[in-house]
Amino acid sequence: MTSSAAVVRPAAARAPPLDLIAMVAVLAALLVLAQLVPVFDKWPEALVIPVRGWVTDFFAWFAQTAKPVTRAIAWLLAQPLALVEALLYRGIPAWKWPPLPWPAIVLGAALLGHWIGGRPLALLCGLASFYLALFGLWPDAMQTLAIVLVTVPLAAISGLLLGIWATRSRRAERVLNVIFDVMQATPHMAYLGPVVILFGFGQVPAMLATLGFALPPMARCTILGIRTVPRDVIEAGHMAGCTPLQLLWKVELPAAERTLLLGLNQVVMQTLAMAVIASLVGASGLGQKLLFSLQQLQIGKAVEQGVAITLIAIVLDRMTQAFMRRNPQRIAPGTPWVRRHRYLVAFGVLVVVTIAAARMFPALAIYPKELTLSYGGPINDAVRWISRNLFPYVKPIRDSITIWLLLPLRDFYLFLPWPVVIGIPAMIGWHFGGWRLALLPVGLLGFLMLAGFWTPLMLTLYLVTSTTVLCVIIGIPLGIWAARRPLAARIINTVCDTLQTFPSFIYLIPVIMLFQTSDLSNVIAMLAYATVPAIRFTYLGLLRVPQATVEAATAAGATAAQRLRKVELPIAFPEILLGINQTIMMALAMVAITALIGSRDLGQEIYKALPGADTGRGLLAGLGIAFIGIIADRLIGAWAQKRKKELGMG
Amino acid sequence: MRAVTRFVKSGVVGAAMLAAGATGASAQDSSDPIRIITNNWTSQLVLSNVLGQILQAQGTNVEYKSSDTQLQYTALAGGDMDFQVEVWEGSQAEAFEKALAGGAVDYGAHEAVTREDWWYPKYMNEMCPGLPDWKALDACAGKLATAETGSKGRFVGPPADWGKHYSERIQALKMNFQEVPVGQAATLWAELQAAYDRKEPIVLFNWTPNFIEAKFDGQFVEFPVYEPACLSDPKWGSNPDAVYDCGAPAKGYLKKAGSKQLGEKWPKAAAFLKKVNFTNPQIAAAAAMVDVDGMTPEDAAKKWIADNEAVWKAWLQ
Repeated sequence: MTSSAAVVRPAAARAPPLDLIAMVAVLAALLVLAQLVPVFDKWPEALVIPVRGWVTDFFAWFAQTAKPVTRAIAWLLAQPLALVEALLYRGIPAWKWPPLPWPAIVLGAALLGHWIGGRPLALLCGLASFYLALFGLWPDAMQTLAIVLVTVPLAAISGLLLGIWATRSRRAERVLNVIFDVMQATPHMAYLGPVVILFGFGQVPAMLATLGFALPPMARCTILGIRTVPRDVIEAGHMAGCTPLQLLWKVELPAAERTLLLGLNQVVMQTLAMAVIASLVGASGLGQKLLFSLQQLQIGKAVEQGVAITLIAIVLDRMTQAFMRRNPQRIAPGTPWVRRHRYLVAFGVLVVVTIAAARMFPALAIYPKELTLSYGGPINDAVRWISRNLFPYVKPIRDSITIWLLLPLRDFYLFLPWPVVIGIPAMIGWHFGGWRLALLPVGLLGFLMLAGFWTPLMLTLYLVTSTTVLCVIIGIPLGIWAARRPLAARIINTVCDTLQTFPSFIYLIPVIMLFQTSDLSNVIAMLAYATVPAIRFTYLGLLRVPQATVEAATAAGATAAQRLRKVELPIAFPEILLGINQTIMMALAMVAITALIGSRDLGQEIYKALPGADTGRGLLAGLGIAFIGIIADRLIGAWAQKRKKELGMG
Repeated sequence: MRAVTRFVKSGVVGAAMLAAGATGASAQDSSDPIRIITNNWTSQLVLSNVLGQILQAQGTNVEYKSSDTQLQYTALAGGDMDFQVEVWEGSQAEAFEKALAGGAVDYGAHEAVTREDWWYPKYMNEMCPGLPDWKALDACAGKLATAETGSKGRFVGPPADWGKHYSERIQALKMNFQEVPVGQAATLWAELQAAYDRKEPIVLFNWTPNFIEAKFDGQFVEFPVYEPACLSDPKWGSNPDAVYDCGAPAKGYLKKAGSKQLGEKWPKAAAFLKKVNFTNPQIAAAAAMVDVDGMTPEDAAKKWIADNEAVWKAWLQ
């Protein structure tokens, strides 16, 4: 924690030059070798191991064998979903029961908001639900909401249980950690193939795919939360004579509440992030309508639907946050039942009244079409106006970036012989973490090469590195700016939130209109999503620089620029590295989305595998993206660790 | 050649189906819903709703299930979905055949025909005199070049997995073009809209019937007329050493597909669906109600049913 360590950098902090020279020499030798022996340049097609065929065959066999089991699971999950669907939009036709009328849900949401978080939350919940009716999205929104309302608790509870299990058993934690790493780094879309083969089509498989994606963050946060409960709190629990179960429920989980909340927040976000992608496997609702709008070039309408998804995410997020933060209310003994349960009673009255009223006024049962609004038209016009009028300015920039930067870089990546590509991360790993870390890239990248994914792998690396470099160039200055000015921080935060929850499919269209189907479009689409962590972590890292250190530097006569360069940035460096790490992860997650623009990377392999149920191809390509992420994560993690030690913070 | 065998095969399957349908016609339909597949383009959505609403009026329960165009065939073969009203020869034939082998059933062809090929907006006729002939397009390649394609003309192609062979065609016809495949149809339309608004030259993959016709004025490029020999015999056509030196068939089929259980569980509905037969003008009119008049697919279906009573009543006989 000493500030002097940061200011006066010890000589040992620099990499020994001898190491560097050795690395360059090895790489040069590998380059020469590749020119002499063709096998060391491009891995021959004939030597590719047909792993993907094996995986596809295995899944086909497994799906056939396990069909009774998987279908039973699907049936089981369909039950709670059917209940929620009946309540929200289906009703029970056999008994002539109507679904809840829309005013009951809008006012009910407001009521729930009021109960949880008072008037501001009531207003948010009510208005957001009314948006769904006002813009004619009601039935679709209810379909999406039904999936979300069942998936979120399911993911949260199973994540919590897995997390608790991991804290109780070292071995479980080690295994789960690896599984979660792979699960989180694999793009959403890669889940769909196996899920379709095993569970069929429709809402339930979509739910399962969502579950697979939303569960790991919850489990992660549970582990982290319980692990960081202060020792003395647990000691106190022991002293009070808690049984292990009591210790868990009454001490550890409440103490870990904040971290658990973060996990729940992630579950909600991930579930809604899947809303659009899940419609590729037959989930109906807002996501499906959004894709239809885009297909019809109705960008404005797609925005309306995208905003609805974002609103549902925001409302659920604020609700869960407020719910956890709520202080338990003391109820005086002897309070009558009705008073104790006034919200429940109010809701019951609301339901009865609205159902009765809906019988008389059909407008209350189904929101009348004549009363719906739309702001899609102006947005359509705006997008077209931008494409028409900004294009003359964009074109020269687009062309010069493509000709001078992207195309040479792509050719360079495709030229690199495979030993060099594998050798670079291996040597970096060796430098930071010894031979274990060196073997990781060799094993993972080598596997992808043997499985025949080399070219898409290189094209993915090319897109991801280009994106990451641009993200760092854009994100870090923005983060610094946000750390300086509170107003800028607020604006940037809002923009970041929107970028992350708004379905990325929508902004692909304007990007294509301006930049055409090209690598640059792919990079820009990834950029919009992946810059966010670079900004956020820089901002947080700078905020956490100890005030005393900053003052000491100022007292020593450092100018603002000097302070930033010599004190603040070095101290925030490990944090910034984490941000870059996250940026790479986000860029990788977007690789699958760029397939929709048109690319030849691993994302395209996943997307192409979906239709033919070519599980092997899709899953391995998904794993390929996960592998890149894991390698980057481990290398950067080791680097950050080393820096922290040098700063005396480890 | 492939098309011919396919035609014969489908005829045989169709005949077998009709026979099966005749024997089972006396049984009652199940009360479970028939799961009708909906995709994400207009004509398919309206037609699906038309059939669904007619079936509902007959007392059959239906449920609409959205799906990706290629994934749906896994579902049809596996019995997870029951009926698809639009099976396109050009982009779906391969997956469809695979589904038939896996248990799905061919429900016969519509009168409507489909065409998929290179397409350009009409204003390009002035920029490249001689269009729609492909040689005129080739001569015009320089105007279609971009930073990425260098001196070659840029052809915005269909998603790489749609089973087209445009790169091969470019080589076989020795055209000065490069294919840039998109990831999804929406990308094609975004490219078209942008170019159209800026009156820039563009050549892209397109098909008919399609909502694009209602919004954009343009036409197909005329390549050497397709003959089955073009795809099997290198000697055919202008290039004696290569296949694919011709255009795509101008009249591809548009079929219907069903699950195996559709005929077993709902024999009456299946008999009706087999008779369903849309024509090109009917499909265009159905789609225009959504794309031009801004109706929802559900409402458009209602209107279509009201306007075409004689047509669908005949299918119910």
